[in-house]
Amino acid sequence: MSDSPYVSTTNACKLCTPLGAALAFRGVEGAIPFLHGSQGCATYMRRYIISHFREPMDIASSALGEKQAVFGGGPNLKKGILNVMSKYGAKVVGVATTCLTETIGDDVPRLLAEFRKEFGDLPLPEIVNVSTPSYSGTHMEGWHAATAALASQLVREKVAAHRRVNLIPGFVSPADLRHFKEILADYGVDATVLPDISESMDRPALLDYEKLPAGGTSLADIRAMSGALGTIECGRADHMAESAGTSLERRFGVRNLRVGIPVGIRETDAFFDALERLTGRPMPEKYASERGKLVDAYVDGHKYVAGKRAIVYGEEDLVIAMVAFLAEIGVKPILAATGAKCRNFKQALAEVTEGILPEPPEAREGVDFHDIAEQAADLAPDLLVGHSKGYRYAKDMGVPLVRMGFPIHDRFGGQRMLHVGYRGTQELFDRLVNTILERKQEDSAVGYGYL
Amino acid sequence: MEQAIFEERRDQIHRKGEGPFELACNRDSLAGAVSQRACVFCGSRVVLYPIADALHLVHGPIGCAVYTWDIRGALSSGPELHRLSFSTDLQEKDVIFGGEKKLKAALLELIERHKPNAAFVYATCIVGIIGDDVGAVCRDVSELTGIPVIPVQSEGFKGNKREGYAAACKAMFTLAGSGDTSDISPVSVNILGDFNLAGEIWIIREYFKRMGVEVVANITGDGRVADIRRCHGAGLNVVQCSGATMELAQMMKEKFGTPFLRVSYLGIEDMADSLYAVADHFKDRAPGIVERTQELVRDELSKLLPELRKYRKDLEGKKVAVYVGGAFKAFSLIKAFRHLGMKVVLVGSQTGTKEDYEELAAICDPGTVIVDDSNPLELSKFVRELDVDLFVGGVKERPIAHKLGVGFCDHNHERKEALEGFVGMLNFAKEVHASATSPVWRFVPRREAMAREKEQEAAKRAAGGEGI
Repeated sequence: MSDSPYVSTTNACKLCTPLGAALAFRGVEGAIPFLHGSQGCATYMRRYIISHFREPMDIASSALGEKQAVFGGGPNLKKGILNVMSKYGAKVVGVATTCLTETIGDDVPRLLAEFRKEFGDLPLPEIVNVSTPSYSGTHMEGWHAATAALASQLVREKVAAHRRVNLIPGFVSPADLRHFKEILADYGVDATVLPDISESMDRPALLDYEKLPAGGTSLADIRAMSGALGTIECGRADHMAESAGTSLERRFGVRNLRVGIPVGIRETDAFFDALERLTGRPMPEKYASERGKLVDAYVDGHKYVAGKRAIVYGEEDLVIAMVAFLAEIGVKPILAATGAKCRNFKQALAEVTEGILPEPPEAREGVDFHDIAEQAADLAPDLLVGHSKGYRYAKDMGVPLVRMGFPIHDRFGGQRMLHVGYRGTQELFDRLVNTILERKQEDSAVGYGYL
Repeated sequence: MEQAIFEERRDQIHRKGEGPFELACNRDSLAGAVSQRACVFCGSRVVLYPIADALHLVHGPIGCAVYTWDIRGALSSGPELHRLSFSTDLQEKDVIFGGEKKLKAALLELIERHKPNAAFVYATCIVGIIGDDVGAVCRDVSELTGIPVIPVQSEGFKGNKREGYAAACKAMFTLAGSGDTSDISPVSVNILGDFNLAGEIWIIREYFKRMGVEVVANITGDGRVADIRRCHGAGLNVVQCSGATMELAQMMKEKFGTPFLRVSYLGIEDMADSLYAVADHFKDRAPGIVERTQELVRDELSKLLPELRKYRKDLEGKKVAVYVGGAFKAFSLIKAFRHLGMKVVLVGSQTGTKEDYEELAAICDPGTVIVDDSNPLELSKFVRELDVDLFVGGVKERPIAHKLGVGFCDHNHERKEALEGFVGMLNFAKEVHASATSPVWRFVPRREAMAREKEQEAAKRAAGGEGI
């Protein structure tokens, strides 16, 4: 249930469900995200996503008008798929519904079955569909649901066992995904990262405009997920009946290890531990060294951050990960807030702070920035930790904002921001310490050049 | 290359000079074509959003509100209620049982909290489907709170932005005529279709002040409810961005007899012509206004033109693609680029009308490609084929330009640079210059390859020359 005492929402701390699905579909090679709904949804989401990643983000739409809203959107859906086949040469079409098509009652699985029959003579792409009414859940549920749909609809049979590891990374940055892949490669295993926006949402300058960006998980790799050594699924928040990892485990017996998004030493240790369990290999020296340096940095910087009071907000998985990190460096997370609602938010926050904080931070779900700011007035925070949308509140409160996650709309390079692993934690820690030092320096009349 | 264009869209593209001008437009977007268009709600939201002392409540699921939260550069000189994003955030149970109760409770809660001077309630797709009687709730809440609570019938699927503009005009029209007009000068205007992006309306108001023209209401940049209520007292409506607010001007003419003029504050001629047209309109009632306006224009141009020349010498001969929401902006841009020595080779809009496109065709050079409701595949194809140096558009067009190694000028509502007025023309030149002459383009592989090709050709010519 929502923890907000108000009926109205002001400056939401969440986005709508189909946005997450569209982004997840972008993480499959040759895929085009396709929204079954009115044209505006796709356009608004494109704008929002482009402003963060600074990459093209084509999202097709069935562009329903008034007539289709009355008589059903089936013909537009079919025509739209034919059009993206011919113009984009899409190998996968990821169809996500919207509030409009869910409410008029379009039966998308049936429409797609009809489509496959009607156009069976054409070389058809894989069509994956996910139900993402925007009146239910947030963009994170859309992301997870689309990921689960990819696993459940594309991984159809058990393949022979092989030495790949499936990684369900959660919604992290392209830089994070590249780091994940490097880690897995250093363990001597190939990774199937689902979905993988590491390249598709952070492209180099090329000779020509790409209709569909290269990168993304290949269909062949996705189909082979049933024979992997195991799956590591990141993100502690629970809101789905069956995640991608649990679906693979139930249907094909692929061992699923659930960990948090690896931010901070303990959550990253757990991630590496999961990798060791799956591969039977010890942590490569490179990471032991990164871990050691991170510990060294924690020690060197501990006094700068000690006792600082932080409000953390944003996507539930990332909020939990950030709280785990902040608690272990001596920052006091005083409020952990998300616009989403999940089954175990409070419990997860308790787990990641157990043994470090006398009690977990106050957890609030289903809240907006009005709720957060109202509570902040009594909490006297020293800093805010979250995405760009908290900027105005940080400004009003007169405290710095440490930016992380999505969206980063008021700074450059959000897609290259590293959060995960010892290395990502190191970057976050440096940024956090420097933010505090900068504020201290600005606020000081003395103007110390040596801190 | 050719395959970038959908068969169904061929008649929405025209190259000037190739046959008689005819362009299909005002059509529903093609499914699967990745149109750059938004929806009805978007149209209403952009028009009404800058009214800074009104509550703007989006009735629907969260997306529509959250994607439009403070995304535009529409500034206010006072209250900033418009910069907050309010939503009823409809949930599944609301969709099943109806959202009227929640809407009423949300309105009462927010009006109590913010004490706005009016409230606009935007209906989104789903509200049209579940059949909430938004009008009835608004009437009810209006009675309870004593402020105008105005429904905006902006269900997304009911068309494109144009229908949204119309819905917004209808909503504003309910306010017009309800305020006291006794102290308004006969030499007065309402500024329609300017949204005060980066403070632009303040530039225009300053010009009118220097001419001796009173501005009654900003519609809607830095707008206020009380001003709109008395806007029928103005002597003239000056209408920019005609697609967005023309309907209001027409309704006002019909009901209050307020005449209107179409204007544009972009570029040199259009800016000057607009001021002259207003001066001409008032010349019988305001002695000396024509002279004052001439002096204003002379004064501004004497500052602007020498500055522009500096930029022009680097920009001469460069080619431009323009793709904008409404076509009005494109007219002015074509002329503005001529002052910079640049040539528009591609021009298009999301929602232009037949008349718009005819006007466009008349002023652009032969060979210019004109497109209606285009998409990334088409736009990227034309940028390549026409060898464009600079693209003018919004956030969605920016990566198309950048990926092809082409400069970019943001002329959309997110812009943070004032581009209107004479000073805006200078800002525009600076922005265009900054992007088009950046040293970074040489590294973009496409540009690198083009430079190599040119070098090879030159070498070939040189070798051939020696033989003669």
